[in-house]
Amino acid sequence: MKKFFAFMLACLMVLSLAACQNGGKESEKPDDTKKVKVGFIFLHDENSTYDKNFMDAAKAACEELKVDYILKTNVDESDACYQAAADLVDQGCNIVFADSFGHESYMIQAAKDFKDVEFCHATGTRAHTENLKNYHNAFATIYEGRFLAGVAAGLKLKEMIDAGKITADQAKTGYVGAYTYAEVVSGYTSYYLGMKYIVPEVTMEVQFTGSWYDEAKEKEAAEKLISDGVVLMSQHADSMGAPTACENAGIPDVSYNGSTASACPNTFIVSSKINWAPYFKYIVGCVQEGKAIDTDWCGTLANEAVQLTEVNEKAAAAGTAAKIAEVKALLEAGKLHVFDTATFTKDGAKLDSYMADVDSDDAYTPDTEVIKDGYFHESEFRSAPYFDIQIDGITLLNVAF
Amino acid sequence: MREPLFHIVRRNSSSRMRGWAVRGIAILAAVLLSGLLTFLVTGLNPLEVYSKMIQGNFGSTRRIWVLLQNTAILLIIALALTPAFKMRFWNTGAEGQVLIGGFGAALMMRFVGASLPNALLIPLELLAAIAAGALWGFIPAFFKAKWKTNETLFTLMMNYVAIQIVSWFCTLFAVPKGSGQLGILNQSTEAGWLPTLFGQKYMMNVIIVVAVLIFVFIYLRFSKHGYEISVVGESEKTARYVGINVKSVIIRTMLLSGALCGVAGFLLVCGTDHSITPNTVGGEGFTGIMVSWLAKFNPFVMVFTSALIIFMKNGAAQIATSFHLNESFGDILTGIIIFFIIGCEFFINYRVVFRKKAAKETDAPVKESTLREKASIASEAVNDKPAAEAEEDKKPLSEEEKKEVKA
Repeated sequence: MKKFFAFMLACLMVLSLAACQNGGKESEKPDDTKKVKVGFIFLHDENSTYDKNFMDAAKAACEELKVDYILKTNVDESDACYQAAADLVDQGCNIVFADSFGHESYMIQAAKDFKDVEFCHATGTRAHTENLKNYHNAFATIYEGRFLAGVAAGLKLKEMIDAGKITADQAKTGYVGAYTYAEVVSGYTSYYLGMKYIVPEVTMEVQFTGSWYDEAKEKEAAEKLISDGVVLMSQHADSMGAPTACENAGIPDVSYNGSTASACPNTFIVSSKINWAPYFKYIVGCVQEGKAIDTDWCGTLANEAVQLTEVNEKAAAAGTAAKIAEVKALLEAGKLHVFDTATFTKDGAKLDSYMADVDSDDAYTPDTEVIKDGYFHESEFRSAPYFDIQIDGITLLNVAF
Repeated sequence: MREPLFHIVRRNSSSRMRGWAVRGIAILAAVLLSGLLTFLVTGLNPLEVYSKMIQGNFGSTRRIWVLLQNTAILLIIALALTPAFKMRFWNTGAEGQVLIGGFGAALMMRFVGASLPNALLIPLELLAAIAAGALWGFIPAFFKAKWKTNETLFTLMMNYVAIQIVSWFCTLFAVPKGSGQLGILNQSTEAGWLPTLFGQKYMMNVIIVVAVLIFVFIYLRFSKHGYEISVVGESEKTARYVGINVKSVIIRTMLLSGALCGVAGFLLVCGTDHSITPNTVGGEGFTGIMVSWLAKFNPFVMVFTSALIIFMKNGAAQIATSFHLNESFGDILTGIIIFFIIGCEFFINYRVVFRKKAAKETDAPVKESTLREKASIASEAVNDKPAAEAEEDKKPLSEEEKKEVKA
């Protein structure tokens, strides 16, 4: 018993010591409905290009609008996400945002439990079927950005072919992907079609890592592709693994989420990215004015949510920036469609019809016809991508993930 | 002859009061150092740091419940480990035993969830969790009893087997396919979820852990099994001499240890996360080892050691978010705190004796006694050497001796 008391006493002493300092100095500000406080949940931290892109936009948007914000980094796609969301609500946030696909079900759970807080989730697919007033998805027509980045890659290939370094049928490129689901498939296919727009003979090999962020695995995948003889690389995985491997091997690289020029000055060509600041400003504005937030918000080239970084002249082919501007204008005018069914085949045949799984369910029931007017309508029936067709010309080296 | 500046002496008597005083001081020092570190990194008032620590644990009703819930989970894991530890079976496999238990429950939730009512499904999940956990305890125990394999390594390796199995399962049954994530299972139907009691999600978990606490206390203190465990722990030879079947005690105890870990996994999957990832246990299987040891295997003291560790952890996490620091900063603080808590055990069992300046002339008897203590330490370290000789070996050269060597 003595032990007990001694221990309790020790604990009590520590607690009371701390409690003494808790003299209401830094108490939470009184809840004011018009005052907005945004809580952000990130899967990783600044070391991940994906999360850094969100974090930069979050800080910029909140500081521009002068609203309070809290950042929570390294939050797993597990109950940790629910706990983080609930904790942000405790700290007075009236908007909670999460950035990773696997956060979705935990965000929905939090939205169910805290009805008067708005929950916004990037890359998710379930907002339009959950019927929750306070749960929203967001994405952007990033496939257009990917297509433009592909155009830059195609120009680089064309330069190599014209210089006699490779022949057109040696134009084999590589891609490091995270998982095999729609967001990644849509990303690498649109990028591939961008290259194909310039070099029709191009082929691509894709190696998956089974992780959004694993520097060693991504580097290893990139090195495997390089030893397979690819002449150009891109990636949809969030570490510096693939860009670094490319820089070491002198293979030109098209990046994602942001410029990797500082670490890879000789090989970085261009990067497409989603600029999340417009979305963050939009949701803060909605809450300030008491308006409803869109269930599915989709950023575009026009509202500057889809962007390309500066072209690195040192690595890119001559005239890349001008060509990107030209193609971008065509896309914006609707004269060119990324997933034009005339530009690709599946199993040697042109697609005239495709039922996509837009309303996510465990059985992946195809529910919506998405090919109309000669092209695949991506990100129209919900913001997150649903293009998951394996088209000809792209070889998947491993599909375990 | 000159003594080294200080040397370390094992304490002969262990006063309980002093032990707890040392621990109290260690915690205080840990808290002070965390405050100082945060101040150095952020330049903020260190006192604010402590208020954040309190806020992180008691800032809202929900946070108090999170404190209770996390404590309960850590406690049940420590309780599960304790019978094995008392038997001197170094079970470092709680992480895997809990995870595989949770995996058993998750399998039931995923595949039987739609077809059974909760009244049947929940007991089935519990059974599956217990069976899986017990199996993970049984395998290393069987090998230990039969072939005297090293249980520390064996149980440790079993963790990775469990983690890889769960990893594979998550990849295989990810929704949507290829995303690598299960997400919350049965989110719309809540089938197989532990019910909320009195409107509190975690009430059920806490009640079950309290029941396990009482069970483990009674089992170890008053049952024949408990007695056998402590005899085997003290000396296997004695146990054999008095007719205890050591092998069966080892296997039986590890079955129990694994089964209780399975219950912890069940609480994590069915009562908390409603999902499973390879990281569901999140290292608590290892922290539980510390909780059990710090409490000297006393189940009721474990309530306090686990609560203390969780309090510090949650507080550290709050410090990190409040001051816009990376979440890893919270981990650094937790590391410091745990280091102090473990480190102080050294000062409870040993003391540092400094060289006394005038020891030669004035304190001859004292010196003699310290020498005797030193000799006993040395003889402990080098068993076959005579104590005095060992002492000679350890001593650094005095100034005169050095001169001699040079000459």
